[in-house]
Amino acid sequence: MQDVSSAFWIAFGLVAGLDADLLEIIALSLRVSLFALVISCLIGLPVGAVLAIARFRGRSAVLIALNALMGLPPVVVGLIVYLHLSRAGPLGWLNLLYTPTAMIIAQAILITPIIAALSRQILEDLHTEYAEQFRSLSVPAHTMMQALIWDARFSLLTVALAGFGRAIAEVGAVIIVGGNIDHLTRVMTTAIALETSKGDLPLALALGIVLLVIALTVNGLVMALRMTAGRQAYA
Amino acid sequence: MRDAPSHGFASLLPLQTCDLTFTAANGSRLIHGIDLTLDAGSLTVVMGPNGAGKSVFLRLLHGLLEPTGGTIKYAGEPLSDAIRKRQALVFQKPVLLRRSVAANIDFVLKLRARPGSTQPDPVRRDELLDQVGLLDRAAQPARQLSGGEQQRLALARALATRPDILFLDEPTASLDPASTLMIEQITSDAHAAGTKIICVTHDVAQARRLAGDVVFLSNGHLIETANADDFFSNPKSREAQAYLEGRLIV
Amino acid sequence: MTFIRALATSAIIAAAITTTLVAIASANDRSIIVQSTTSTKNSGLYNVLLPQFKKATGITVHIVAVGTGQAIRNARNCDGDVLLVHAKGAEQKFVTDGFGTKRHDLMYNDFVFVGPPSDSAKITGSKSASDTLKKIATSKAIFASRGDDSGTHKKERTLWQAAGIDPTPSSGKWYRETGSGMGATLNIAVGMGAYAMTDRATWIAFKNKRDFKVLVEGDKALFNQYGITAVSAKKCPSVKTKLAETFSAWLRSKSGQSAIAAYKRNGQQLFFPNAVTN
Repeated sequence: MQDVSSAFWIAFGLVAGLDADLLEIIALSLRVSLFALVISCLIGLPVGAVLAIARFRGRSAVLIALNALMGLPPVVVGLIVYLHLSRAGPLGWLNLLYTPTAMIIAQAILITPIIAALSRQILEDLHTEYAEQFRSLSVPAHTMMQALIWDARFSLLTVALAGFGRAIAEVGAVIIVGGNIDHLTRVMTTAIALETSKGDLPLALALGIVLLVIALTVNGLVMALRMTAGRQAYA
Repeated sequence: MRDAPSHGFASLLPLQTCDLTFTAANGSRLIHGIDLTLDAGSLTVVMGPNGAGKSVFLRLLHGLLEPTGGTIKYAGEPLSDAIRKRQALVFQKPVLLRRSVAANIDFVLKLRARPGSTQPDPVRRDELLDQVGLLDRAAQPARQLSGGEQQRLALARALATRPDILFLDEPTASLDPASTLMIEQITSDAHAAGTKIICVTHDVAQARRLAGDVVFLSNGHLIETANADDFFSNPKSREAQAYLEGRLIV
Repeated sequence: MTFIRALATSAIIAAAITTTLVAIASANDRSIIVQSTTSTKNSGLYNVLLPQFKKATGITVHIVAVGTGQAIRNARNCDGDVLLVHAKGAEQKFVTDGFGTKRHDLMYNDFVFVGPPSDSAKITGSKSASDTLKKIATSKAIFASRGDDSGTHKKERTLWQAAGIDPTPSSGKWYRETGSGMGATLNIAVGMGAYAMTDRATWIAFKNKRDFKVLVEGDKALFNQYGITAVSAKKCPSVKTKLAETFSAWLRSKSGQSAIAAYKRNGQQLFFPNAVTN
């Protein structure tokens, strides 16, 4: 338990000292996971909206598959992305392996099913409420999707947070496609893995505490936004 | 006359149903072979006790439900998407978007905007809000309005489509007298401006105030149609007599 | 509609940044990727070597630290310019298969057996690796193996073979294959009170030793040779052979070799240079 208390002191020291390496790692973690999130939302929200509205044969099979994909193991995603981006792979000419872009791609693949599946549920509930009114107004499908996403935007923020949380906490995929290269692709989780493998458990734990604080901050900011703006629209 | 029906189209009337029948998915027959013709000119009130099938009948006319038998024709044409776009329906419980009052109107204005113009017309939006007395509430979230205000907004939103036919499904069923009066006033104005109103109500007093002609339903059957004066002074059917006298029909 | 505009804006921003990232990744020609081992990386050696090399040549070196087996597989996929590992046989095969230009000895250290002070198998003071492994097997004392096809794991299997013992039937009983890196395996050994074989550099730099100690060392069979190989442009046209050769040559030069020799942790030298200098 001595490790835990010393970890808090180290974490405090790291943050208070504005350690340059740590700031670089935090910045990259945020950049990679936020971009992965943006891409996932650009893909996942429309997919969720289509599945919320559309009725077609095999829809339940698609939903089951999508829900199952939420449990996609990060290492598997990392391997698949690695095999594609490797110089020997089909996309090797892009020169993306061991770059932040590769990590963004891997995380985006990891969390797009989460965004799609969770937003589908929220949008479908809202659609149930709006459906008859929309039908009466002869609202075209794409307008319907936009309206649902826009009107559910504060609930969808929680979905985005779930995706962001999974992305920034994930290590299996980014360590394979990023390589945990110092000053290039090292993020919070791979740094934690590295320090653990060096046996520096207090430092690893301290980094974990910093990661937790970042996650708390992001969640706090989003919740504050949701409280101020959301309370009004949702009354 | 700003809410006059969008001209340049042939009239949708007369509305004719022939042997209109609807059986629910659970097998119970809710509408039994209704033959009816509704013309332009007078404000139609669909009356009848609870469970008469009034709301189902209205949804069939507007195309929200598919008839399981019979036909509906507007000026001889079967109901199509193009025809439904020239109609609007206000539900008993308004379904407002989770946006501001103004944005609820804008949504429909944009939906019905001529191709090419993508921005809703703020002048027309303000006219509509003014017409239902909500102009000073424009920036408020729609869901924070009182029940009566919400229904007025729903009515303004329906009028924003410049409908040739406006269906109202018990628009004042759960509202206070002041709100009811406002809704009725707006409805009468729209009627005066040339919009065909088809209003479902179980409220006899309201029917007396609004109706030009009456369609009386009971247990899914069309019992009686008449102009309002005749209907209220001299109802032909036993069911209508009982209903107007406030007796329960068994 | 605001929503569309927001969507479009985010799409454009995402595209722009991605493009920039791609540009950065491909435009930075003066950088190479070295597929290497966790043992060298975790020792901190590269933190000393790379700045000196960068100062001398202006070339940036990115280290990907995985097990030797994984490093060779990555290099075979052309995902690295240099291979710096410790499994001579596998490295030579890598060269004869045409993936490497030439393998050079670079430096060495040695493997040691570590364990808890209680030492239930009484291996302390054993003169040879074979004796040590026999004692562990006879007493069925728990032994944590890498089990990950790394250089260390390959070495360990060779030593078992030399001792005439096949530990695999006991896998999951007293023989525990962690399938992890050296550091993770040491963490597990410390946690379970198990014996483990580790390279000396990792052990010296390892911070979670608790009361564990080096119990057996010094057998010639525990020699640990590191080699460096530039990936061949014949099999991998995309590699930067010239920069890779520069790196390899510098490490084997006097300045590189003396930098390796000068690197110490806790007052102990971790790697001993033994490149054949020209």
